[in-house]
Amino acid sequence: MAARVRALETILTQKGLIEPAAVDAIVDTYETKVGPRNGAKVVARAWCDPGYSDWLKQDATAAIASLGYTGRQGEHMQAVFNTEDAHNLVVCTLCSCYPWSVLGLPPVWYKAPAYRSRAVIDPRGVLEEFGVHLPAQTKIRVWDSTAELRYLVVPMRPTGTEDLSEEELAALVTRDSMIGTGLALEPYQP
Amino acid sequence: MNGPQDLGGQMGFGAVAPERDDPLFHAEWEKRALGVTLAAGAMGAWTIDESRHARECLHPADYYASSYYEIWIKALAVLLQRHGFVTADELVEGKALVEGARPKRTLKAADVAAVLAKGAPCDRPVSAPARFKAGDRVRTRNFHPRDHTRLPRYARGKLGVVEAVRGGFVFPDTNAHGKGENPQWVYTVVFEGREIWGETGDPALTVSVDAWESYLEPA
Repeated sequence: MAARVRALETILTQKGLIEPAAVDAIVDTYETKVGPRNGAKVVARAWCDPGYSDWLKQDATAAIASLGYTGRQGEHMQAVFNTEDAHNLVVCTLCSCYPWSVLGLPPVWYKAPAYRSRAVIDPRGVLEEFGVHLPAQTKIRVWDSTAELRYLVVPMRPTGTEDLSEEELAALVTRDSMIGTGLALEPYQP
Repeated sequence: MNGPQDLGGQMGFGAVAPERDDPLFHAEWEKRALGVTLAAGAMGAWTIDESRHARECLHPADYYASSYYEIWIKALAVLLQRHGFVTADELVEGKALVEGARPKRTLKAADVAAVLAKGAPCDRPVSAPARFKAGDRVRTRNFHPRDHTRLPRYARGKLGVVEAVRGGFVFPDTNAHGKGENPQWVYTVVFEGREIWGETGDPALTVSVDAWESYLEPA
């Protein structure tokens, strides 16, 4: 496959259809600039600021853009909030739709058949494989990203974090917790 | 189409396999595959819907045997040939042999940041009023088009409730085939787990899809 991709890039470059430097810039964007730290800052802000949290509920696209996160595969955002009673899980059964602007590129498992097939029929079993054990009575809502809306899960704020700064809180927000396959980390206890 | 991409509820793929170190790319060629696919898409010759459809048209045996970026590259080769940019001979030879189609535009390195930050919004005005409102009971249509659609098989012919009206969006079922954007209202429709999966379904599960208006009938 490496040779095949190299050949394709060569042909397109020779024909003036793509610029290798543009390809470099795209890769660099998703390797170094756009990733799940963006989403973590959104979540931490929502935990700290009830006004921002409300805005995020009502108009996630604008609330997220206000922190500077916009663009490809984040044009139409919806934030979904976990509660004591209900846990949200995001999937794209048909391809790999994912909120790039806040989470970056999706992990391999998110794009693979095992997750895409099982998230909608056996989400509790999938969560167990991620080490997330929800009580049987906890409702699970699975969001299948079949259109152009992209979903960001806002995990519950861990207890015992009242004294943490927004930056310290953001460090507790994992990528998986914003997909719904994880929970926010507990704060470090010395 | 009822293609290999329509995975919801399929069985036999085993456990989800999260990786410990979770690398973004697993080989250098995957980086190029991502960048080349996005740069070629930026020529504006095909839509995101057409590119999704090209991927799901791979033979199922090929689709399931391919990694995700392999699927992208195989579909990209199809799109480039379909639109006259590249010939089959060139793909075999690995070099340019003929002139080929010229693109509307090419993506310059200096413009990458701005283009990615802008994205490509696909909300569009719809002149007709929305047929449904939040709280309405609907039934998804039971159709099996040979062409592209974004209503998964598991959610066809099912009773659900409209949770939200999301606005007007480009209709992928026509847009994927160069038949126009024909925007329609999109709704988030929620189904009880047992409506979809029957009596063995998780009683505490609900599943939603985002459905274009023509996927839905009043119930």
